[in-house]
Amino acid sequence: MAKNIYKDLLVAALQNGSVIDHIPTDKLFTLVHLLQLEDCPNPITIGNNLESSKMGKKGLIKVADKFFTDAELSRLAVVCPNMRLTVIRDYEVVEKRDILLPEELIDVVKCANPVCITNNEPMKTRFTVHTDGENVVKCHYCGKTQTIGNIKLK
Amino acid sequence: MENRSIVSIAGYSKEKIQNLLDMATEFEKQPNRTILHDKVVATLFFEPSTRTRLSFETAANRLGARVIGFTDPKVTSSTKGETLKDTIKMVSNYADVIVMRHRLEGAAQYASEVTNVPIINAGDGSNLHPSQTMLDLYSIYKTQGTLENLNIYMVGDLKYGRTVHSLLMSMAPYNPTFHFIAPKELEMPSEYKKFLDDRGIKYIEQQDFTEDTIADADILYMTRVQKERFSDLMEYERVKDAYILKADMLGKCRDNMKILHPLPRVNEIEYDVDDSKHAYYFQQAQNGLYARQALICDVLGITLEELKK
Repeated sequence: MAKNIYKDLLVAALQNGSVIDHIPTDKLFTLVHLLQLEDCPNPITIGNNLESSKMGKKGLIKVADKFFTDAELSRLAVVCPNMRLTVIRDYEVVEKRDILLPEELIDVVKCANPVCITNNEPMKTRFTVHTDGENVVKCHYCGKTQTIGNIKLK
Repeated sequence: MENRSIVSIAGYSKEKIQNLLDMATEFEKQPNRTILHDKVVATLFFEPSTRTRLSFETAANRLGARVIGFTDPKVTSSTKGETLKDTIKMVSNYADVIVMRHRLEGAAQYASEVTNVPIINAGDGSNLHPSQTMLDLYSIYKTQGTLENLNIYMVGDLKYGRTVHSLLMSMAPYNPTFHFIAPKELEMPSEYKKFLDDRGIKYIEQQDFTEDTIADADILYMTRVQKERFSDLMEYERVKDAYILKADMLGKCRDNMKILHPLPRVNEIEYDVDDSKHAYYFQQAQNGLYARQALICDVLGITLEELKK
């Protein structure tokens, strides 16, 4: 019974909004910053070091009346792939899916190559995502690759 | 409108490459034509490169086109802070083809996305230089009669050499066997070796550059070992003379073997090699004219059949 109440507290009390779950505990505050939740006026619940059967411990973010765009989710996926997004409308879960890396990242990642055109012109960056043992991103312009763990966001 | 820009030829099919080689062959038979008499070719050299620019401008002139452009970014508005996009947009109002060289990598790709006028990449930083690759392919094809099943030896700076990387990728579909002869510090980067491994292409790496190690070569592609590439100057002093080709090293080589070099050379091919029947680097540079005529016509949609008429 006590366990159920605990669970309810985590996810139930959202009429409309989004829940990002399965967040690695060391990435939680990075994500808060990436989503610019500091400036978000909506009710927000942020939890960390919560029990998780899958991960041991996990973080979780709930934002009322906020529905993330694909671009925002792409940024998250780059920082840590395989988190879970739940979209709630009128107390019902209307969408539940893993936040996966898209095949292409438009204007999300900064190219590490200082002589790449994207670092010298006011333009959008464009990277393709390749899985080759580990995830790597390849710049559409200069062709240089970076492993996903080392990238800087734009 | 379909954008016919040539930013890279790495992804071209064998048929497409053969078509360009056949066009270059036609231009070699008859370089002077008037097929572009109503066209304007812009050569935008944001980074100076006299050799490449003269070759492109000669190609355009021999096709009857008029040439506009600049040879030095100091005289353009890029020094006033104009973006590449704005310069390309402006020139697109005047020219039918834009040949551009830029110090930044990916500049030609970006340019091709902001205009409908076809762009020919004449080198973007240390990234790509497709017209050099095309003239290398044409030189190999012309001297060997084929691109298939050749022993390609690459010598010198294989780490930073843009031309050897592009050539390696473009030769991949033709079942080559590569030999990489380079000092440890300048050996072929692992990403290119992986590229070959993935495709089951044979390669042999060695550091010795002698009469015996080059005896089986069909193509000996020489590059310059530059002092500034070494972090350890002691190492440079040790290897600097080890990758110099001398005439007395050609005694055992194959009759059909040709020596290529992207030029300029400094001392990596001794002058006594120039008189050898194997020396081909000056003709190679001349082939650049025909290869570039083929590229300019290709981006304008002129076909091989039209050239043969």
